[in-house]
Amino acid sequence: MIELTRRATFSASHYYRNEAWSEEKNEEVFGRCARRNGHGHNYTLEVTVSGEADPVTGFVVDLKWLKDVIEDEVLADFDHRHLNLEVPEFAEKKLIPTTENIAIAAWNRLEPAVSKAGGARLSRVRVYETPEIFAEYRGEQ
Amino acid sequence: MAKAYFGRRYMLSASHRLHSESLSDAENRATYGKCNNPHGHNYVIEVLVGGEVDRETGMVVNMATLDETVQEHVLARFDHTNLNCDALFVNQVPTTENLTKVVFDVLKQALPAGKLEYVRVEETENNFFEFRG
Repeated sequence: MIELTRRATFSASHYYRNEAWSEEKNEEVFGRCARRNGHGHNYTLEVTVSGEADPVTGFVVDLKWLKDVIEDEVLADFDHRHLNLEVPEFAEKKLIPTTENIAIAAWNRLEPAVSKAGGARLSRVRVYETPEIFAEYRGEQ
Repeated sequence: MAKAYFGRRYMLSASHRLHSESLSDAENRATYGKCNNPHGHNYVIEVLVGGEVDRETGMVVNMATLDETVQEHVLARFDHTNLNCDALFVNQVPTTENLTKVVFDVLKQALPAGKLEYVRVEETENNFFEFRG
């Protein structure tokens, strides 16, 4: 089995707030990430798929295809957006766009497209909020 | 609830010398080459913790708590020190393999049970070591 990873970047703004909590508790738990007007990052998304290399093409998946899937399923909605206000996973469900939850949201968007194509399976999504901070999701419940 | 992973990278500058007391000087030079001389690195310590994403915070671990733990137990102990002089390296050579295991063991003790997934130590941009316990 081979694992293949494609990187992509997007820029977005967010804040961390639990609306059920007081202002003080939000500040205590989330610190400056709780500021109501938000802040932003250049995120790096790493998408790893695994499978066997096709005997004819030598590909696990076509990298251009994977690039387009990442663009259509994730970047089109996440890039240059305010995650709390504009991205349904966070805006409608009031889910806090932590790096962990962004990785899970990206997985949930990518997994059906990768599965449907056949041949490879999504094995890991890693999101770097900065070069020193990242979260990953492997589809585990 | 979903299980996810949170990773954080820290820098630690330290000196060391690879030298085994059970080898002769000539054998040490043959085994370790230029690493037998005292020298130093900017190590990158990558820590990955795994666990349930908390419903209230959206987090596996609060980064401030993780930072405090790593600062107290790893960086305060090893940053800007000579690794050979640390009690944990009295009986073992401070190779990056051994440093990785030492950092893993120290953090395993300090972090909540089951949380620590791996410790990766990058000695330079071109070599790194990983320990999962």
